Amino acid sequence: MTVIDTDLSAFVAAAPEGRGRVELLVRGARCAACLSKIEHAAAQAPGVEAARLNLTTGKLTVILRTARGGNPGPVIAAVEAAGYPCSPFDPGAALAAQDAEGRRLTMALAVAAFGAGNVMMFSVPVWAGVFGQELTPVTRMLMYWFSALVATPCALYAGMPFFQSAWRSLRRGKANMDVPITIAVLLTLIVSFSETIQGGPHAYFDAAVTLLFLLLIGRWLDHQLRIRAQGAARDLIALQAPIARRISPDGLEHGVPTGEIAVGDRIAVLPGDRAPIDGVVESGASQIDNALITGETTPVLIGSGATIYAGALNLSGRLVVRATARSEDSTLANIARLVEAGAQSKSRYVRLADRAASLYVPVVHSLALGAFLFGWALGLGPREALLRAAAVLIVTCPCALGLAVPAVQVAACGRLFRRRVLVKSGAALERLAEADVVVLDKTGVLTEGRPRLLPAMPADIAAAAPLARASRHPLAQALARAAGPGPVAEEVREVAGQGVEGRLGGRGARLGRAGFATGGEPTGAETELWFAREGDAPIRFAFADRLRPDAVRTVSALKARGLAVLVLSGDAEGPVARAVEASGVAEWRAGLTPIDKVAEVERLARAGHKVAMVGDGLNDAAALAKAHVSIAPGTAVEASQSAADLVFENDRLMSIVEAIDVARAARGRALENFGFSALYNIIAAPVAILGLVNPFLAAIAMSASSIVVTLNALRMNWAGGRA
Amino acid sequence: MNIVLLLAPASLLIALVSLGAFWWTVRSGQYDDPDGDAARILVHDYDETPGDDAP
Repeated sequence: MTVIDTDLSAFVAAAPEGRGRVELLVRGARCAACLSKIEHAAAQAPGVEAARLNLTTGKLTVILRTARGGNPGPVIAAVEAAGYPCSPFDPGAALAAQDAEGRRLTMALAVAAFGAGNVMMFSVPVWAGVFGQELTPVTRMLMYWFSALVATPCALYAGMPFFQSAWRSLRRGKANMDVPITIAVLLTLIVSFSETIQGGPHAYFDAAVTLLFLLLIGRWLDHQLRIRAQGAARDLIALQAPIARRISPDGLEHGVPTGEIAVGDRIAVLPGDRAPIDGVVESGASQIDNALITGETTPVLIGSGATIYAGALNLSGRLVVRATARSEDSTLANIARLVEAGAQSKSRYVRLADRAASLYVPVVHSLALGAFLFGWALGLGPREALLRAAAVLIVTCPCALGLAVPAVQVAACGRLFRRRVLVKSGAALERLAEADVVVLDKTGVLTEGRPRLLPAMPADIAAAAPLARASRHPLAQALARAAGPGPVAEEVREVAGQGVEGRLGGRGARLGRAGFATGGEPTGAETELWFAREGDAPIRFAFADRLRPDAVRTVSALKARGLAVLVLSGDAEGPVARAVEASGVAEWRAGLTPIDKVAEVERLARAGHKVAMVGDGLNDAAALAKAHVSIAPGTAVEASQSAADLVFENDRLMSIVEAIDVARAARGRALENFGFSALYNIIAAPVAILGLVNPFLAAIAMSASSIVVTLNALRMNWAGGRA
Repeated sequence: MNIVLLLAPASLLIALVSLGAFWWTVRSGQYDDPDGDAARILVHDYDETPGDDAP
């Protein structure tokens, strides 16, 4: 990123004692040497008081001596000079990164571990009493009182996450998994107290707190998974650096967060940058690449008065753009609203564990109620009947539900993470396993999203290459890549939006659009570049967006797994037909607007399909949000990455197939675990109803079922390299 | 038997102290950058504020 010359003071947040604070995302730091190199480089930049790098998150916190007028530009330059790419965080986004919930869960887990461990000190003597060892009722009661003293405060503190979630769910008139957990814990504590006061033989203080400990492990794992994935997704977006270069009335450029741009601001868009907002070109001429917005691959020539949309890539000349909309309510707002609507429809998805809970809760609760009512009616007395009801709730504890699914999903996501596929939540993995139709975008998904030179005479390529090497235009760069390293032409001048001209062996030469290089009209449907040298006939180079090398393999692998594959593209019919034919997809539609894509996805959903959408452009964002599950490549625009459930950072399209395989395997494991816990409950519930459970059996059964379920989840990782 | 009345609270007290110590480590951010803390031990400069994000 070239920000050395730009004023970035808008990224400075106020810190105590009048200092300024900037958060930068640094890439590539891995070791102690990197750490000290980066911190030294940053600390020696002008105006810097201190710098500290968090190696785990890659975030560099820099404290500037003054908040007002402090400029992080030199710090970024210093860190980049040390060899680490680096970009500023939006101050708002950086503050949101504090993980308060994670700390609370960690503390709840620690307290539950403390309670579960120490209550054993008093439970073991009681168990000894169960097996006929000498234990007087007075000593047993003493042990129970000690247990109550340890377990009750621990259970009440550690159970808070569950109690709160259950309460929220009940207020909406639904019962999630946390409702039976809350009832089981609270009822167990109450019954145990009443037993202890009346000198009864069975109290389950240890069970209440151990249950919470096991469940909190599952909850904690689920949270860690989400935080790690969200952090990585945020970093990807920060790397796309939403910096706008605002031109102040005195003609200076300041880098500001895109969100701060107001209507009427003048913004400079340099060649190679993306337009940060919608606007009208005020001065300058250039070619822009709209591939991320519309899916079109052919660059468009624009000059003053033309409209440019946020996300368009400026290819050749510096443009000054007057903003016509704030970033929040640009023409993108329409797409953004669709994205939001889609995200809401996704949040209605009921997770696997909650679906299991909706079966499990009524069964177990009516069993417990039945045990209480029948026991009382058959002459057990209300106290013994209530004890049996509590025993039913304890031994049929939803450990498998609470622990099994998160454990499987953490293992599965960890496996995908190592292959640079980012899963944003466990629910995304569940939805991916259900998908039966895969919808692919063409540009950037099926194809590489950048032009490649079609076969041409090597002599022609070599002749034009010296001019091509001097240009930043993607077509010229593609030509230069095809030619390999070599000399650069002399007296090169880049004519914005037209091409380059220079001198080759004393003769004038031009490379660029047909009108510029030859004075003639463009020919053919393909993207082209003309090369003309004084005295020679002009040469035409054609370019096309090439299929990803593994596109054919991916499509056939998807079909082999029983998934229907469909291509929806915003590009013109010709290029789409070529790409689709080459990759082996039968069904496709071209020339679609973003709204058309959403309609198509909805049509499939209405027909009963579960759609997995893969797309990278802004034109895909709404469809990504609307689809049952969505995947975006790491090169996608910010909106698409935030709308997508999975982001694959590597260049391999086969990642989609791997993700589907892992998701299906994870679903299989989760269902196995449900099957196991159903079996366990079928055995345990009658035992509890008959009053055969004692505190020792309850403790053993609960831990054993949790361990079996966790070991089964870990088979996700043992399953070897390939799914 | 009476010794239990002394030993049980004593052992609970010790466990509570360790729980308090853990609470302090969480509050002071010692789990926020495990990789960085592992690397910092190899850096020569003395580290004034272990685990704290804000220098």
